[in-house]
Amino acid sequence: MCRLALKTADIPFSPYEVLNGMEAMQEGYDGSGLGLLLRGVSFEDYKYKKEEQVILSGIAHTEAAVRRLQRLMEERGFEQDYDHRFKVNADLIESKDRYQYIVRVYKKPEGLTEKELEERLMQTRLFLRRNGEEHGNDLTVFSFWPDVVTIKEVGWPLEVGDALGLNDDRIKARVVMAQGRQNTNYGINLYACHPFFIQGIATMTNGENTAFIPIKEWLEGKNIPGYMGYQSDSEVFAHILHYVTKKLDLPLAAYKHVITPLKSEELDAHPQGDFLKGLRTSCRRLIIDGPNAVIGTLPDETCMLAMDAKKLRPATVGGRPGAWAIASEMCGVEALVPDRDPTLDFQPMREHTVIIPPERKELQIWSQFDQFTLSQAA
Amino acid sequence: MVSVRSVYTQPSSLTFSDLPWIIEHREDRCTLCGQCTAVCPKQAIYLTYRRQRVPKLDILKKKRGNEYRHFVGIRQNTEVDKMCIGCGMCSSVCPNEAIGPVPNPNEHRSRFHMDQKGDSWKRGGRRNAPGKTILDRLSFGRISMLTDPALDAGRHEFNTNTILGRVLPPEEYIRRKAAGEWIPPTREIFPFVIGSMSFGGLSPNMWLGLLQGVAYCNEVLGIPVVMATGEGGCPPWVLKSPFLKYIILQIASGYFGWDEIIRAIPEMQCDPAAIEIKYGQGAKPGDGGLLMWFKVSKLIARLRGVPEGVDLPSPPVHQTLYSIEESVMKMIQTLSMAFNFRVPVYPKISGSTSAKSVLNNLVRNPYASGLLIDGIDGGTGAAYNVSMDATGYPIASNLRECYQELVAQGRQNEIPIFAAGGVGKNGNVTQNGMALIMLGASGVHIGKYIMQACAGCLGNELGRCNVCNVGICPKGITSQNEKLFRRLDPDDVAQRVADTFSSIQTEMKKIMAPLGRSQSLPIGMSDALTIDDADAAERLGIKYAC
Repeated sequence: MCRLALKTADIPFSPYEVLNGMEAMQEGYDGSGLGLLLRGVSFEDYKYKKEEQVILSGIAHTEAAVRRLQRLMEERGFEQDYDHRFKVNADLIESKDRYQYIVRVYKKPEGLTEKELEERLMQTRLFLRRNGEEHGNDLTVFSFWPDVVTIKEVGWPLEVGDALGLNDDRIKARVVMAQGRQNTNYGINLYACHPFFIQGIATMTNGENTAFIPIKEWLEGKNIPGYMGYQSDSEVFAHILHYVTKKLDLPLAAYKHVITPLKSEELDAHPQGDFLKGLRTSCRRLIIDGPNAVIGTLPDETCMLAMDAKKLRPATVGGRPGAWAIASEMCGVEALVPDRDPTLDFQPMREHTVIIPPERKELQIWSQFDQFTLSQAA
Repeated sequence: MVSVRSVYTQPSSLTFSDLPWIIEHREDRCTLCGQCTAVCPKQAIYLTYRRQRVPKLDILKKKRGNEYRHFVGIRQNTEVDKMCIGCGMCSSVCPNEAIGPVPNPNEHRSRFHMDQKGDSWKRGGRRNAPGKTILDRLSFGRISMLTDPALDAGRHEFNTNTILGRVLPPEEYIRRKAAGEWIPPTREIFPFVIGSMSFGGLSPNMWLGLLQGVAYCNEVLGIPVVMATGEGGCPPWVLKSPFLKYIILQIASGYFGWDEIIRAIPEMQCDPAAIEIKYGQGAKPGDGGLLMWFKVSKLIARLRGVPEGVDLPSPPVHQTLYSIEESVMKMIQTLSMAFNFRVPVYPKISGSTSAKSVLNNLVRNPYASGLLIDGIDGGTGAAYNVSMDATGYPIASNLRECYQELVAQGRQNEIPIFAAGGVGKNGNVTQNGMALIMLGASGVHIGKYIMQACAGCLGNELGRCNVCNVGICPKGITSQNEKLFRRLDPDDVAQRVADTFSSIQTEMKKIMAPLGRSQSLPIGMSDALTIDDADAAERLGIKYAC
């Protein structure tokens, strides 16, 4: 099964730390791939400004793809400010068709509203992805967003980290999501690797999504750009989070009510039961069945963890003010933030959403049975 | 040899080997109690005195002669209107197992003579197509083997309910909720619904038993079962009772019973579960309801507002309306308004190649609460044999194409499709129902299965019994004759309703657990289904497995 680790800290740290945390959780895992998503990025040799710049992450599999990428981005009016190069040791990489790992910083287009910018960035990512697919998959694009770097590769996580020289501190981040992927029934495809990303929202999940087909069919039917791909059954978790927070404009606390709604008799006694019952009915096709632990991050560096309603996948959160970790195993938390009080570690139950706000002072443990702010419909 | 002309014969003269059922009688066991002949609903058998010649040859006296043995035996009637229907009531009352019908494997010459007096063969029952249905052949193959712990059908909590009613897209729901606008009514119900069987079609005891059982399921077992009335209204005491919330009231083209219903509205303690507008029925598409005169008793006549003892054939279409689009629109709106927009209103149509057009029409109607599609294997209380045998459209592919149409439009959560017609035909009710749910149904309606499981209906796919139309139901399920329906104890029916739904719910869990589903009904989970027929797999958009 997949191993998940997330660390969030006030002081930027190397993603290699999180890979070491993954190593602690190696039991029961076949190590067929690694996905990393970094937020609050800082480069050793470049001063990155997230208000002014956006980062494109992906892999160019041929020289032609790199040149085409250059041209396409110029044509679409994106001016490149910085091209981060990993010190790659190709011998440690299983796949032999990796010409260049792309982490490029572009100037943010000007004169757009926030919504327009978000749309523009996503459309550009989707365009590049399609373009790569049209050229025999010679270009893979993971994210194109301010302050987000995504790395995905096949292989044992720590070895991938060594191969990309992630322990040289040239790249650091305040939030790192890492997933050690278990290759399941969907074949090795870089797009099937967590964390999944859409318009600033990212999630990773362990376990199997048994309700995948009905959820996928419903999301596809919404005809919302970006609700595509689905090489992995876990990609829908990211899109549901996107749908709930961006399309429905509901608070983060509503996510849990959509994916794992309370039972009717529980809603009867809930202060917002009437609204939530209707929401449950309207979003019925988005109910997940697990077993899953969903770990997500938002553009403001908020981190969250929620379980399926049966809580058949464990996950633990622990830490101290300034540094927190979420991991699919307790030993992962221990490896990531050893200087914490382990007695305060928390394993959420079926009704909980754990939220680590961007200030990182304390955990918020929000229960579905609690009332939440609902400006529109309350 | 006796001359042929002296043998009494007509074109329709039959012998017992021409009939679908042959009575086997064992004289050595018969006590001549006469119970079998008394109970036979068709008068297919009668006691006869018989004489048997016993040749006698006295060799010593060189004398030849005859002696005659007299005995009493059972003889089978061979007239078409009295031929054995195989119900087996004779064997059930026989103290010595001396008598019983056996199916005749020969071709049935009687089939050519069912239209006596120019009246085409009418009957009740089913299509009489034995063997596995396509639903029986679907299996649940997406076993959740990738991850453990697996689900435990016995210990985990399962949500086995579904939604009946129009569901708004989430954006629209939130907007209307904030603006305080109308939200279409929905009901959380058990996905196996007792399908439309009318008060009139069913005996009062059967109806009472079903309602008692449904109330028990809801109030004691916590299984929110609902039942539909069929055409013909609902007894006034039910309309004014708190049990109305478990009832889907049907309005059909004869509008029978709706005077009583409309008059009762001001006195209703609660709203009905839903209103079903019947446009068609899978067993006899294009045909209206039919209650034959045998069953129009005093009570039924009062309820329906008609004289006693007359045939009640509903027209095939809703009168005064000119197209189904207009009809659906007007009727849905009118009925929604009658119940102050608090009750889901949905049409029931027979399975058809044109079902998708009706569905698309409903999608655009904001008051339409769902669609029930009834396939060719559905049953009926009375219809022409030819309609039952040859008219109709199978439910599986019909449902699937309708669901896929909704998926293509992203509307699959908005209009729930209910499927009916042959669910549980061979006893596999939960398997059939869950297969339809995974093909896209929000739930299924079951009628024949309920009659068989809860009241002991004797019908089967070999044409057994099938006399629901003439009011002689030997079990008292579909008769208005007090002598017959008092055989059926409503309490026993209620007990069986509770048994049946408890068992369906357990079996649902046993199907859902290995698929890793427990939080919501696996509607449209087509990846779970497999079939051993490549063509069917392709048609249904599921996996072929062999």
